Amino acid sequence: MLFLTVLATGIALVPLASILVYVGIKGLPALNWEFFTQLPKAVGEPGGGLANAILGTIILVLLAAGIALPLGILTGIYLAEFGKDRLAPTVRFLCDVLTGVPSIIVGIVVYSTVVLTMKRFSALAGGIALAIIMLPLVARSTEEMLRLVPHSLREASLALGATQGRTIRSVVLRSALGGIVTGAMLATARVAGETAPLLFTALNSRYWPTGLDERIASLPVYIFTYSTTPYEDLHRLAWGAALVLVSMVLGTSIAARLAAKKVNGGK
Amino acid sequence: MSVKIKVENLNAWYGRNQVLKDINLEIEANKVTAIIGPSGCGKSTFIRCLNRLHEVVPGARVRGHVWVDGQDLYAPGVDPTEVRHRIGMVFQKPNPFPTMSIFENVAVGVRIHGLKPGVKLEEIVERSLRMAALWEEVSDRLYTSGVSLSGGQQQRLCIARALAVEPEVLLLDEPCASLDPISTLKIEDLLVELKKNYTIVIVTHNMQQAARVSDYTAFLLDGELVEYGPTPEIFTRPRDKRTEDYITGRFG
Repeated sequence: MLFLTVLATGIALVPLASILVYVGIKGLPALNWEFFTQLPKAVGEPGGGLANAILGTIILVLLAAGIALPLGILTGIYLAEFGKDRLAPTVRFLCDVLTGVPSIIVGIVVYSTVVLTMKRFSALAGGIALAIIMLPLVARSTEEMLRLVPHSLREASLALGATQGRTIRSVVLRSALGGIVTGAMLATARVAGETAPLLFTALNSRYWPTGLDERIASLPVYIFTYSTTPYEDLHRLAWGAALVLVSMVLGTSIAARLAAKKVNGGK
Repeated sequence: MSVKIKVENLNAWYGRNQVLKDINLEIEANKVTAIIGPSGCGKSTFIRCLNRLHEVVPGARVRGHVWVDGQDLYAPGVDPTEVRHRIGMVFQKPNPFPTMSIFENVAVGVRIHGLKPGVKLEEIVERSLRMAALWEEVSDRLYTSGVSLSGGQQQRLCIARALAVEPEVLLLDEPCASLDPISTLKIEDLLVELKKNYTIVIVTHNMQQAARVSDYTAFLLDGELVEYGPTPEIFTRPRDKRTEDYITGRFG
């Protein structure tokens, strides 16, 4: 039994390790000062970088987090603390359904609502699409973390004469903060790599981002675009972009763990 | 001698399950009143009705009156948070707030209700910890976490936390159930000290404890008040056969 589980774990680790190693080997040669500072050159011209795509991904993710974190965390609080009526199970079910919706469908829906209404592809539409993917993840992880807070702490606070709102703010949220932050950062990392919903919404751009109502470049879309061209130079840049994206996601995840540890360590 | 709490026709339910049936009793001011009885007899529910904490459980319901100094806690328009401010509670398992320091644990209630002008928070914290007989042990590490203390210290921290908001009544729900005998003794000594200033109601499983610390004892069985009177009488000359069976250890 032990042998079997160790074997299975080993096999499960192979794809993960090979992704990291392969992306590292292929991507590292593409990374240089130019990659992080220059705009993409026209096809055929050598050199150039993906600085606009790095910045674009950061903007899109911040936009998505700015929309999804407040909404998602408050939804999670509602589900865990207030939702004793029939609305809560419905919301919970919808969240679970939304988690399972393929991201390309989220892209199409935002395309047909936001993009067609604004009559343009935009960073805003991209951020909204990513936020829709994030929202149920954040809401459900927040709810789960709040449920882990022992009921005795809520009662201790109520018994001091605190209102329910005060109890949630001062006791429940503080106790669950580490878990909520981890969940939020993992959800952020998850959407940073989404490509499909961006193809219909933020599209792509060869220039620096100028406004939220303009098309915006992003690393995943550049990886997709460049890797489907026949040019060796662009393949190299795509690998570089892949490495940067993986590092950003990995960095966020590690930061989430450290943040959680720090918050819990202060107990 | 004066009556602090008058319980009148108190009934309580969890869902459709009635756990308290027509309880009537009067609790004396500045005395320790013990509530004894076998598990599931409604002891905890009873004291949770005295600070309106019973009703926070989904499906829980109360009917009846609890008069504290002549004011009915269950009258319409009474704010339960105000009731809980006046009537402090300590729970069976020590439950200090894990994210807060020892100081913060004691100060949090005062912060919730607002500091009276001219009073220093540090003074309240020190006074409360002294009243809970914990000051000597923690004065040099007030800013370390409350959960770093031993179980007995944690429970005294919870008592200090409850005292800091200056309640009139202190409810204790089996406060020594998870403590060792030495910590238990400390808390019992503390209760005798505290009754000078507070009215104390304690739920206990431990009949020796009821005999040691309490002035009055109420015996509950299956949600009914079987017998209530001065502790020495209940333990030496119980009037009801069921009380006698329980305190002599024939059941429960």
